[in-house]
Order: sequence, then C-alpha cells, then structure tokens
Amino acid sequence: MRLELHGITKRFGALTANDRIDLDLRPGEIHGLLGENGAGKSTLMNILYGLYQADEGRVLLDGEEQHFTGPGDAMRAGIGMVHQHFMLVPVFTVAENLMLGHEQARLGFLDLPAARARVREISARFGFDIDPDALVEDLPVGVQQRVEIIKALSRDAQVLVFDEPTAVLTPQETDELMAIMRQLKESGTAIVFITHKLREVREVADRITVIRLGKVVGEAEPTASNSELASLMVGRSVELTVDRTPSAGGDTGLVVEGLTVLDARGHTVVDDVGFSVRRGEILAIAGVQGNGQTELTEAILGLQEHVTGRIELDGRPLTGLPTRRVLHAGVGFVPEDRQEDALVAEFSIAENLMLDRSDGAPFVKGAGLQRRALATFASEKVREFDVRAQSIETAVGRLSGGNQQKVVLARELSRDLRLFVAAQPTRGLDVGSIEFVHERVVATRDAGVPVVVISTELDEVVALADRIAVMYRGRIVGIVPGDTSRDVLGLMMAGEVPEGTRMAA
Amino acid sequence: MSDGTAAPVPVGETGVVDAGIDLDQIPPEERAGLPKPPENRFGTALVRIRDGSALITVLAVLLALVVGAVLIAVTDAGTQTAAVYFFARPSDTLGAAWNAVAGAYAALFQGGVYDYTTPTFFQGLQSLGHAIGFATPLIAAGLGIAVGFRSGVFNIGGQGQVLMGAAFAGYVGFTWNGPPVITMLVAVLFGMLGGGLLAGLVGVLKARTGANEVIVTIMLNYIVFYLLDYALQTPFLRAPGSNNPISPSENASAVFFPILPPEYKVNVGFLLVIGATLFCSWLLSRSSIGFKMRAVGENPRAARVAGIEVNRVIIAAMVVSGVLVGLAGVYQVLGTTTTGFTSGIDAGIGFNAITVTLLGRSRPWGVFGAGILFGVFQAGGYTMQAAQSVDINAVQIVQSVIVLFIAAPPLVRAIFRLPQPGARRKPAKRAKAVAA
Repeated sequence: MRLELHGITKRFGALTANDRIDLDLRPGEIHGLLGENGAGKSTLMNILYGLYQADEGRVLLDGEEQHFTGPGDAMRAGIGMVHQHFMLVPVFTVAENLMLGHEQARLGFLDLPAARARVREISARFGFDIDPDALVEDLPVGVQQRVEIIKALSRDAQVLVFDEPTAVLTPQETDELMAIMRQLKESGTAIVFITHKLREVREVADRITVIRLGKVVGEAEPTASNSELASLMVGRSVELTVDRTPSAGGDTGLVVEGLTVLDARGHTVVDDVGFSVRRGEILAIAGVQGNGQTELTEAILGLQEHVTGRIELDGRPLTGLPTRRVLHAGVGFVPEDRQEDALVAEFSIAENLMLDRSDGAPFVKGAGLQRRALATFASEKVREFDVRAQSIETAVGRLSGGNQQKVVLARELSRDLRLFVAAQPTRGLDVGSIEFVHERVVATRDAGVPVVVISTELDEVVALADRIAVMYRGRIVGIVPGDTSRDVLGLMMAGEVPEGTRMAA
Repeated sequence: MSDGTAAPVPVGETGVVDAGIDLDQIPPEERAGLPKPPENRFGTALVRIRDGSALITVLAVLLALVVGAVLIAVTDAGTQTAAVYFFARPSDTLGAAWNAVAGAYAALFQGGVYDYTTPTFFQGLQSLGHAIGFATPLIAAGLGIAVGFRSGVFNIGGQGQVLMGAAFAGYVGFTWNGPPVITMLVAVLFGMLGGGLLAGLVGVLKARTGANEVIVTIMLNYIVFYLLDYALQTPFLRAPGSNNPISPSENASAVFFPILPPEYKVNVGFLLVIGATLFCSWLLSRSSIGFKMRAVGENPRAARVAGIEVNRVIIAAMVVSGVLVGLAGVYQVLGTTTTGFTSGIDAGIGFNAITVTLLGRSRPWGVFGAGILFGVFQAGGYTMQAAQSVDINAVQIVQSVIVLFIAAPPLVRAIFRLPQPGARRKPAKRAKAVAA
C-alpha cells in the first residue's frame, strides 16, 4: 500500500505545528522521520492516525483520499501505530490485549481461543516467542513492544508507524527491534520510524526525512553523516561530543558502601551497591530503566525509607539524614522526572528557583519571603542559563522541556556544591539543550565537584563519563573506564561481563 | 517509581501525552477535547474551579441571578394566575412576572445592601450592616477552607470545627467573667484553639497514617456534633434550670462589642475577620511557611524532593485552617447568638464556607468578597421573604447555581461567547518556545 501525505498543515492557535508537509511511503520501505522534540513529528503521525484532523492537505492511500475521524478509521484502512508508551492494559493477557477494541464474541462469550491462535500465528511468522496467556505486566519492556507490534499486525496493518520505539529499550533489544523492522519490510509492510537518534535512523532507514519547526527541511540518504543530519535537525552545526579534558581526579568525595534499598513491598531494589567518586570526576551510572538507578539516587538524597549501608560525603555520613539536611550538606540534585519531582508547574520561574531554599537566607528572613532578593537572583539566573521566557513571573509549566531543565540546573548549580547528582539530565530534550546541559555538567566537574550522572542513554554516558558503573537488577555489574566500547556496555546492561573487560573500580 | 517492567509514563494533563504529543505545543482549548487520563484525582476538579478567571466569577453570579429571576417568576402566584390566559393577553403574564422579579430583587437589595425607603442615608445602610453580620463567620471559615485548599488538603470538616470553636469560646464566655476586653480575647483564643485542635488531629492522622482528610473530617463532624449535643445535656454545658440542651448566656465581658452604633449590628468580630484576611494574604503570598504550603498543595512530590517536610506542612496547614474555621464558631457565640448556644450553632456555616471559598477561588480577598456577597444574599433573602413572600430557598438556589456555573466555566464562556483561555497568547512567545 502506498501512502502519500500532501501539504499537511496543522495549526494550534497561533502555532503552526505542521506546515505543508509532504511525505510518501512505498511498500517495503522504512522511512525515517527525524526531528527534535516539538518539531512536529508526532503531530504529523497523529494526523495520519486520525487523532487530529489536518487543517489543510490530503492523506492518500493507493491514490485514494482518506478522511480519518479517529484511530478506528485509520486501523481499518490498514495503518497501525506502535506508541512510545505502550497502549496495553497491564493486567490483561496478551490475547486479551489483542482483542481490546475489536472484541469478537461467540455465543455471547469473548472468542479468546481465536485471539490466542492469532497471537501464535503472528509470533510464529516473525519468530517471536510470546505466550498468549502471559500477563502483559509480567513481560519485559522489549516483549511488551512486540505485543504492540502483534496488535497492529493482527489488524492487517500495512503501514506501521513506530513512534520513538527505542527510548525504553536496551541496546540489544534495540538491535532486535531493528531486525524485526527489516523483517516486516521484507514482507511488504511500509514503516515510518520516528526518532531523534541519528545512529538508529542511519542504520535501518531507506530514506530519511528531516523535520524542523513543523517543516520538511530536507531529505537525506542513510549514508549521510551524523553531523550532517544533526545540523539539518537543529539548523546549525552541532557539537555532538562534549569538549572536555581528562579528569584531574582529586580526593575522594562521595563514598557509597554496601548500600541496600528495599521498596515498600520489601523487595530489594538496590542490592549491596558500593562505589566512590573523586572530586572533579564524573561517574556515570548506566543501565536500562528500572534496574535500581532511581532508587539509588533517591537513597543518596534521603528520599527512600528502607536504606541500609553507608553513604559518606567528604567523610561525613549522609545515611538516614532527611532530604533537607542532605541538600544543606551541599548536594545538588536533578531528579529524573522533571515535571513531577523537580518543578512546581504552577509556580513562577522565580518561585521554582527558591524551591529548595525556603528556609533562611538568602530568600527568607524571619517568617517572610525576601521577594526583592529573589527577583534579582532570578533575573540573573535566567540570563546566565539562557532560559527563554517572557519574565521571571512566567509559570514554569508553560516553558518548553529544555527551558524547564535550565531552571532546574540554575537552581541546583547556584548553591555551593560538594556533590552533584543528575538523573537523566537530558531526557526528552532537544539537541541544543542537551549540548547546554552537558557543558554545564562538565563545568561543574571542572570546578572540582564530584558528579554522578545517571543515564539510560549510552551516547550520554559515553560523552560524559570518566568512569562508568553499570547497574543490572539492583546491583553494580562492574565499574569500567569511560572509553569502554558500546558493545561491552550493552552486554553489561544485560547483566553479563565479557571476559577481559578492564575494571576501573 | 519504575518497577522494571512498565515504561515511565509521563503524567500530563491528558492521556495523549502517551502518544508522544508535546503538550507545550497544544493550546488548552485543544487539550480539552483530548481524552482524559484515568488517574484524574478528586482534587483536580476543585483545582480547576479554583483557577478559573475572575471574569467568569462575575458572569456566573449574573447568570445565577437570571436563573433565580426565572424561578421567582415561575413560582409567583400572580404570574401563575395570569398565565392561565397567557394566549389571550400575554402582557399580563409578562407584567406579573416582571413585577414579581423586580419586587423580589428590589427587596433583596433593600434587605442586603441599602434600604432606599428609609428617611436617612445612614439608616438605609443598616441593611449592609446586617449583611456583614451574616458574612463575617462565612469569611472566617472560608479563609480556613481556602488555606487548606491551597495546601492541597480538602477540609470538609467546617461544621465540626465551627462547633468546637463555638463550644470552647462559649465555655470561657459563660464561666469566666473577667475584665471586658481581656475576657473576650481569651474566649477568642480558646475558640480558635478548639478549631485548631480538631483540624490538627486530622492533619496528624493524614500525615502519620495517610488517612484521607475528606473522610476523616466528615466523620469528625458527626462525632463533634453528637458529643456537643451530649455535653449540652449534662450540667457541664447546660444552663442551670433549663430542660433544653442549651448553654448559659455569655457574660457581657466576653461578648463582641459593636464598633458602629448598635443598630448596624457590626461588631468587633468583623475587624478580627479583616485582620484574618490580611493575615492569610500575607501567609500565602509573603511568608516562607505559606510558600511551602503552596508548594505542597501544587506538587507534593517536588516539595519533598526539595527538602520540604511535607507532613509537617500538612499538619501546619490543617491547624491554620482549623483555627480560622474555629474563629467562625467564636463569632457565632460571641457575636450572633450570645444568649446561649445549642448544637445547631454552626447554622450551616461549615458547609456554606466551602461554597464561599470556591466562589472566592481560594484567594483571601476573593473569599472576603464572596463572603460579603453571600451575606447580602442571606440578609436580603429574609427581607425578600417577608416583603414579597418569595421563599428564602430561592436565595439558596441562586447561591448554589452560582457555584454550579463557576464549576462549569466552559458553559459560561459559551453563553457569553468569551474567547477560550490561551487563544490570545502571542505568537512571538510560541515561536520562542519552539525554538528553545
């Protein structure tokens, strides 16, 4: 089935999210759609999927104009979508999820046997090993994604849209997904692969369309270099590697020993973890999401309840201290969930900048706020960190992700730090903002602060780390030098340590 | 947090975040049409109502008055009689309806704001004085509820806290006959203490055990009501020689003294409430504890990560809330019914205050204004009933309809063809946001 988009335009109020976008897709082709966050990729795909109606332009399938009013229409026409965040019901089985939305009944009962058979049939065709009766919540993330793919295929999708599919996968799972995509392509499916990861799109796409600010800015061949693609995406040349000198390596700042964290149900989520970080050094903690990194950082910050072991900063114990006193001890913290844990969306930029300093100087005197001091401070920081906003009174919730993260960094880096912990500091940010954040992290290190960066992005880990600790199932698999190859890191993220790996602990 | 299998799901305003749509890019009117996420809390609705614009509030009041007018016209005996021959002489029906509505609202105005039939200007203003008398406890309690709302706790226990405030202050007032102003102040402090203790208990329960404050406060309303009812039947609170469950009269030294000539019925309690409003205004926007309360109210997770001790802030917010609601109870025994109180002394203030708070959008001066408006309705309602034989329940309905409209801003916008919020945002700013 040949899919053509002609002159698609979509406006939200004054914002033009898609501006006369043309795209065509042939059967048996993987088309990479590359762009920064907010470039309009997802809007375009949501129009294709019937979630939005285009203001102008036409969607053609095999030359026939389509008018989708909802995902149901799109599915019937043969368009399937694999969302970044899976649209699965966790407490349902694979087969039940497959039926969801087009349940078939026999004599008034759900026809589960038919759904099971369908799962088995498609699994067999692509060599997936999926039990139709497994509960989705028990399946690993990579397998859940395959369930999504099966779901789309079971409705005879001939055009498959993958929306940022690799964000939640390990490098190995990513490779497997690429193989699946090639297999689908071979069987004649047309694939749109949305991503902002250059390496992946170059590896698997047949053609690449780059979108910036709602417009198609260029088409590229997979042979184009990373920097060519990046400059198309951002509209200027981009430094993809962080400019940094080797670590000077001072005295030991942070020491963690025998740290174990239990969750509310008593399960061990961090298991006997130990490492140390010197001043002026970046230790990156790599690993697939959900292997205990979040709990580890929260334990350091005093946000976890059941913590045993030893955490020492400059020889003083941090274990068991309330968060307020950990912050007072000079720990700067960038939480991984910016909107939930770092910012109060309804508060102004200025108010957010004093969020963790609501006791005492410089913003509080007696019981009252020092609003003037805060305003001066905020104006200064907004300038220094290049936060793009109308004023310091703008609510943080109205800023873009990059600007929100700049507010968090401005707040955390403007205290006298003895330790800086940044969890997923560039998640969901565009290339320009990533560059900025990385520069700041390295600058903090160069100022002689021990830095811990938690990241699930290998690119980020490799770009920043002096040493890399890889976590798997709550344990540290190994601590290796910053120049360790991606293949080795990938294997370690799956819990294996290849023989002959150099350790740097 | 992450449990190893589920992908991190961004919690946004709508479930469509999951589809990879950047919410920054979508104006609110588009968001409204998107499917809602399942995790929408009970509180979200209240938060939305609270954040509505001031214009909406004014228009909602206007609309409610129109609805009230229809109600008055329909229930009016004269209109009903004329409607029988409506098709013969429609002007009779319309005329009768007009007379009924105009008469009723004129009476409302005379009774609640200014009585233009009195010989002198100042006599006419006595109506406003009466309205202030009704408004004062509503404002006090409304401020308390507002402090709770802004801190993310939904204090539905106004009734219980009013009763506690009344009982504590009333007990001091009829047992101790000390020096005039001092007795009064001690009684006020005790009353506020009573409200604060009760609400503080809820705060501790919520902070320590995670108990839901809505359920706990509602249940405490019953407990306090029946406890007070019981105490009023024992010699502890019952007036000597009385067979009814009513307390002795308050001593003159404890009673709120008038600050205007007595016929205006405005007493020192109103000054206390103005002071309370100023205090709340400072507390919420200028103080460090208020900053923490708002942070906890808007995003407790971020507050916790920022080192704010959320549990202590919640307890503090409940105590402040209860102290202010308790002040309403104090006013009831020392300012309104000084001849002894019963278990009905709260007169519905605990619940009406929630309405006042919503109308005032949880802003201290907004609550003040809303309280005055409801005072006017109440004072005027009695006049309306007496002069025009319009049932006072009509006023209750108008009050409820106001809140109904405030709860449904899109409806009000549609009726008045107002632009949707966000539609007038400048393009320049958007372009920047995208570029950044």
